[in-house]
Amino acid sequence: MQNISLFLPEIFLTVSLLLTLMIGVFFKNSYVLVTNIIYGIIIALISIILNSFYDSFKLFSDSFVSNSFTNFFKILILIGTFFILIISQNFIKETKINYFEYPLVLLLSVLGMFIMISANDLILFYLGLELQSLSLYILASLDRDNLKSNESGLKYFILSSLASGLLLYGCSILYGFSGSTNFEVISSNANTENTGTVFAMVFIIVGLAFKVSAVPFHMWTPDVYEGAPSSVTSFFAVVPKIAGIAVFTRFMQIPFSEIVDQWQPILIFISLASMILGAVAAIGQSNIKRLIAYSSIGHIGFALAGISTGTITGYSSSITYISIYVVMNLGMFACIFSMKRDGKYCENLNDLSGISKHHPILSISLLVILFSLAGIPPLAGFFGKFYVFIAVIESKMYTLAIIGLLSTVISAFYYLRIIKIIYFDDENKSFDKIKNLGISTTLFLSSLILITFFIYPSFLNNIIETLIIN
Amino acid sequence: MNFPILSSITLLPILGAIFIFIFNNKTNENKNVIYVSLFTSVVTLFLAIFLWCVFDKNSSEFQFVEEKNWISGYIKFKFGIDGISILFVVLTAFITPICIISCVNSVKNRLKEFLIAILVLESFMIGVFCSLDLVIFYLFFEAGLIPMFLIIGIWGGPKRVYAAFKFFLFTLLGSVLMLVAIISIYWITGTTDVTEIFVIKIPVEYQYVLWLAFFSSFAVKMPMWPVHTWLPDAHVEAPTAGSVILAAILLKMAGYGFLRFSIGMFPVASEYFVPLIFTLSIIAIIYTSLVALMQEDMKKLIAYSSVAHMGFVTLGIFTFTKQGIEGSIFQMISHGLISAALFLCVGVVYDRVHSRLINSYGGLVNVIPKYSLVFAVFILGALGLPGTSGFVGEILVLLGAFQKNFLVAVLASIGVILGAAYMLWLYKRVIFGKLEKKELTELKDLNLSEGFILFMLAGLTLFLGFYPNLILDTIHVSVDKLINDYQMNLILNTVK
Repeated sequence: MQNISLFLPEIFLTVSLLLTLMIGVFFKNSYVLVTNIIYGIIIALISIILNSFYDSFKLFSDSFVSNSFTNFFKILILIGTFFILIISQNFIKETKINYFEYPLVLLLSVLGMFIMISANDLILFYLGLELQSLSLYILASLDRDNLKSNESGLKYFILSSLASGLLLYGCSILYGFSGSTNFEVISSNANTENTGTVFAMVFIIVGLAFKVSAVPFHMWTPDVYEGAPSSVTSFFAVVPKIAGIAVFTRFMQIPFSEIVDQWQPILIFISLASMILGAVAAIGQSNIKRLIAYSSIGHIGFALAGISTGTITGYSSSITYISIYVVMNLGMFACIFSMKRDGKYCENLNDLSGISKHHPILSISLLVILFSLAGIPPLAGFFGKFYVFIAVIESKMYTLAIIGLLSTVISAFYYLRIIKIIYFDDENKSFDKIKNLGISTTLFLSSLILITFFIYPSFLNNIIETLIIN
Repeated sequence: MNFPILSSITLLPILGAIFIFIFNNKTNENKNVIYVSLFTSVVTLFLAIFLWCVFDKNSSEFQFVEEKNWISGYIKFKFGIDGISILFVVLTAFITPICIISCVNSVKNRLKEFLIAILVLESFMIGVFCSLDLVIFYLFFEAGLIPMFLIIGIWGGPKRVYAAFKFFLFTLLGSVLMLVAIISIYWITGTTDVTEIFVIKIPVEYQYVLWLAFFSSFAVKMPMWPVHTWLPDAHVEAPTAGSVILAAILLKMAGYGFLRFSIGMFPVASEYFVPLIFTLSIIAIIYTSLVALMQEDMKKLIAYSSVAHMGFVTLGIFTFTKQGIEGSIFQMISHGLISAALFLCVGVVYDRVHSRLINSYGGLVNVIPKYSLVFAVFILGALGLPGTSGFVGEILVLLGAFQKNFLVAVLASIGVILGAAYMLWLYKRVIFGKLEKKELTELKDLNLSEGFILFMLAGLTLFLGFYPNLILDTIHVSVDKLINDYQMNLILNTVK
């Protein structure tokens, strides 16, 4: 019974989800009501997790793990989801996609991520992954009457199923060669002579790389980001990435810990390719959502660079990176949700032209966020990169470090281009005044964190490092 | 010394900027903003001068050292100054109020944001000169790009976007390699604290690569030929105050970096790369002087002359003689005053005529005599006439160079002559001759604030020309230590 109470977050999430679904079914136009209930659920969940943050245990014959590491990620996911629901609320109401299913499916995918992160067993892991992915397909095509949204949902579904298939194939090979689906058992059976394990590892990395949209499995990202409603895009750009990095870390740390030499070159390649493509391909974009898609590919490249070192410093650096990335992207999307002109939401970069005249606060926040994304000190984005490169250079991977840093110079170009449009170009018509406490709070918080991060930059990294060592 | 005076000086301008950002009352907004920013920068100046007075000139140690845990387990936050860095702190604190006064006349829109950018930039620049930790240094060094990018891009001339991007990307590209080097140093020595690295000493086999990584950053910032091309663009397009800061202080960061980091941490590599530096410096001195001769834009001409003057600085630093290094430091300070003043002079006529082309002027002495007088002082200072501060720097650098390499010194001396040529020709075309253009006849002479700034700078240029010991006394001990440590390291290395 004691154990079950430790499984409480997942149970609570499932039960409250089903109950809220009832509310949604029985009340008409219940989007606002459901969303408000879900805020409550998220806050309750955070407090439940915090309550037993440092408890570490395994359940269901070691197939489910919960410790401070997984709890950290769960909280990060919940915070991301919470703020995304807040900043996208207006957008959803005004673009008439205020179905009550939206927040519920969102939460369902969060449940999938929870299971995925906590899984210590291939089967449970796959179940969580699929729960997450299926919810994401539905979310992408949420705007039912919009052709682009449908297209993006379908595209995502087909490609992602293929990746899931590969991943499942890898899992089954892994089971065949190690005789177990349990992570620890796999780890103890895996060694470099065991070709089957290495073979399976490649397939699993492919599947995971697809889910975090790392090059060369990134093709779906720009189209899906552009086609899906902005509210969903914001979710895609933030939350699944957190889960993806968590799972990547867990896989590399436990089942594949013995074959570092085998997966390291693969990850280095993926990470380099993502950094370079993210930097180069974003230059030509004029749609802000597509641009964010490419920029997120680049950022995932940096996070993977940390993981590719295979050291504790590396893992914790990439987790720090992804946490800072979450803060930056939340701020970025808060800005996107306040870009509304004549009642329509703008997605084009040129719509930002010269807004610094009319919207000084919005533009200065964007300035901070963009410079931080570009990784210019003293903003938080720099420290994310700094930690990653500390880990990378510790492992003597100088090529990765130099190419990675050169790609930040290239990517600085397109971030600067947005700043140029905002500050240097001729003024456009001003945006509609948006009085939304949620958006302005998110924007304020995110800029504040990005600016003041340098005062005590080891705060986050210290926590994460202790979590991993535990 | 328990009071963290260095952090206070560094933080003060940013506090002023935050104050301006938060409290804006609509009535008389511009006036109040100017007063607040001027007040902040003047207080910073007084603090800096106070620091200079209480600074112990007979000690070669770092003074006013502040140390705090910053990135726990990795990096300490360490501030401290010696005889070399204090001068740059004072220079920064001195130039900023001048910029603020000057922009009252020239900046027409978004004055508030402009002053915020200038103040934030001042903080970052002071931080660069105070930091004794490589990571902190890098942080400030790079952070300065943000306000400068905005200053060029928002308030600049017609080609400002191109200039701002070129400035930003060139500098960033140079610096990222330095970041790799800094992190490598951390893993090699286990610290990024400069004073500790001086003691631990970086193994020789690493020094060459690391030196080149630092060089890539400093060479762009300096700027040395052939990566100087961003400078003329940035100078021409930047508003007057931006050009002043760029020429007077931002360029000095690189010279300071060479002195503090390249020589101190990589003595063997520094010695090894002397021919490279000498070649590049000589090319910079002669080639950019020739280019400057042919310029039609006044700001571009002064920008190219800056590159030539910086060539003297690198030349002097890498002679590793007392005269050479002291000359370089003196040259940097003097160039900081003179080039700032020259850009201000261009700014004065630009505000009135809205042209920077030399052709559109001529015979100004007939209408604006006061302006012509101060302009003459700075022109003579820039070409290194005895009695001005420019002379002291150049003669010391040449003294150092003659000890090291005769040919280099002779070539550098040719550069001095070329410098005289383009500067005097510029003066002749702008100031002398007949007043032919009608629009110039109505020109007003210097107003109160312009006159105040320019005469003060002219006075300082002459004063330092006659009494260079004001600067040299401060740096003697520190430079001695620098050279001694350097030679000790070389001897130790050959003994090994």
